[in-house]
Amino acid sequence: MTDTVQLKRWRRPPMIKRTWLRALVWVGVPLYVVLSLGSMEVNWARVIDGLPRAKEFILSFSSPDFTTRWNDIYEGIYESLVMAFASTVVGILISVPIGLGAAKNLAPTPVYLVCRGIIALSRALQEIIVAILMVAIFGFGPFAGFLTLAFATIGFFAKLLAERIEDVSKSQSEAIRATGASWSQWVLYGIHPQVFPRFIGLSMYRLDINFRESAVLGIVGAGGIGATLNTAFDRYEFDTAAAIILIIIALVLMAEYTSSWLRVKVQ
Amino acid sequence: MAVKFLSDDTKKWQRHDLKTSLMIWSGWLAGLVLFVLCWQIISEATTWFFVFDAPRIAEDIFTRAMPPRWEYINELWEPLWDTFNIATIGTGIAILFGVPMAFLTANNTTPSRYIIRPICMVFIVASRSINSLIWALLTVAILGPGVLAGVVAISLRSIGFFAKLIYEAIEEIDTTPVEAIRATGASPLQVMAYAVWPQVKAIFVGVAVFRWDVNIRHSTVLGLVGAGGIGLQLSSSLNTLAWPQVSLIILAILLTVIFSEAISARIRAHIMNK
Repeated sequence: MTDTVQLKRWRRPPMIKRTWLRALVWVGVPLYVVLSLGSMEVNWARVIDGLPRAKEFILSFSSPDFTTRWNDIYEGIYESLVMAFASTVVGILISVPIGLGAAKNLAPTPVYLVCRGIIALSRALQEIIVAILMVAIFGFGPFAGFLTLAFATIGFFAKLLAERIEDVSKSQSEAIRATGASWSQWVLYGIHPQVFPRFIGLSMYRLDINFRESAVLGIVGAGGIGATLNTAFDRYEFDTAAAIILIIIALVLMAEYTSSWLRVKVQ
Repeated sequence: MAVKFLSDDTKKWQRHDLKTSLMIWSGWLAGLVLFVLCWQIISEATTWFFVFDAPRIAEDIFTRAMPPRWEYINELWEPLWDTFNIATIGTGIAILFGVPMAFLTANNTTPSRYIIRPICMVFIVASRSINSLIWALLTVAILGPGVLAGVVAISLRSIGFFAKLIYEAIEEIDTTPVEAIRATGASPLQVMAYAVWPQVKAIFVGVAVFRWDVNIRHSTVLGLVGAGGIGLQLSSSLNTLAWPQVSLIILAILLTVIFSEAISARIRAHIMNK
């Protein structure tokens, strides 16, 4: 017996356990980065040209111009808020039955499949693309934006609501059932109280998302502040753009605080 | 929980007492009034003639768009590759900046609670409040149209997302391993690498893959404002009313989105099961 002790240095266990996969990542990722950066055509002269503009944009946040285009800004923000609120309400109204139908523990299989199909369709189609189609079909203006956001709300809201419903505690809902409650009473007294705080939280969150999204729909003509913002950037009026962005940030922050306050209240 | 006394002195169970009921009902009423007002404003800004005419127009567009112009797909491979790159490289850059920013922001790892943390917070809020398409308007104005503007726009939007979710995860870590590592005489950087990072690693991978999937969706439309990718083809096809091309592009975008979501879901499920 030799008494040489093998000194082994401790190493952290690797994140990817399979050696071949780890090797593939180590080789593949740099290769991909080289390939993709190589295929990127960058006009460096234009980039260098633009740098003073970047500085101008950042500086414009110290002197945002709310006044020059105040009427456009006011109308745009107003329209965005209106669109966001109306579409959230309608979207949620449509989402509730779909969400109930998409919950495995409530709905029979055919209903479940149809509702899941609607959700998948709404989630797969991007807001901007839906907005382009809506504008083509319904004409320019906030109505197209309203429809787009309501449609997008369904995929988000119904999916998360269904997942929450599938997670409800069985003991509570079965206790209600044992009293001889009808289906609607069962949903109203056995499911609804468990789901409601989440429901409020999700509604506020979606309102917030819809407002943020409504800020871009104007780029394709579907109403809201986006059109004004687009014009401001096109004309390099960075101080106006900065003003609009500051307003958006302020409103989003406000929505976030209100929603956390409301969620605490409901719980 | 409340009880109502009926006229014949029997008790009836009610979910809420009178005050709460009134508050709930007035809340609903206020919401309803607000909705009606909003609806009126939208309605005034709408040309209802176009809306009533919509089914005919929708049918018209549909017949024009079908069948898609399949041979146009050969011109789409390169924009699709660009779209994929914008999302992937953009996510990569966002990770490079967002993760250190998360460590600078989290209450328990920030080097300065009163200077650096608030500065990072402002940046995170700004980054998250602004849609990547708006960031793209800005980057196109500054860097000129092209893929680079798209990459920068995607990363600007994603940095705040990463930083926020990861700093929240860092703030929720278990402090026992941190103290154990620190007791061995480890430097602050070693503490982060061996005590903090292993605890947030799984969340980090989940968040990164999730964001990559979202970014693929976003990068498909960045071209509408000139920031590269398949959106450029979509925009030019729409401008020339080439509906068969539009339908093919939307189909390509749909498949890309479904593909990326499937990958992201698989990786996330794998992490969760570990």
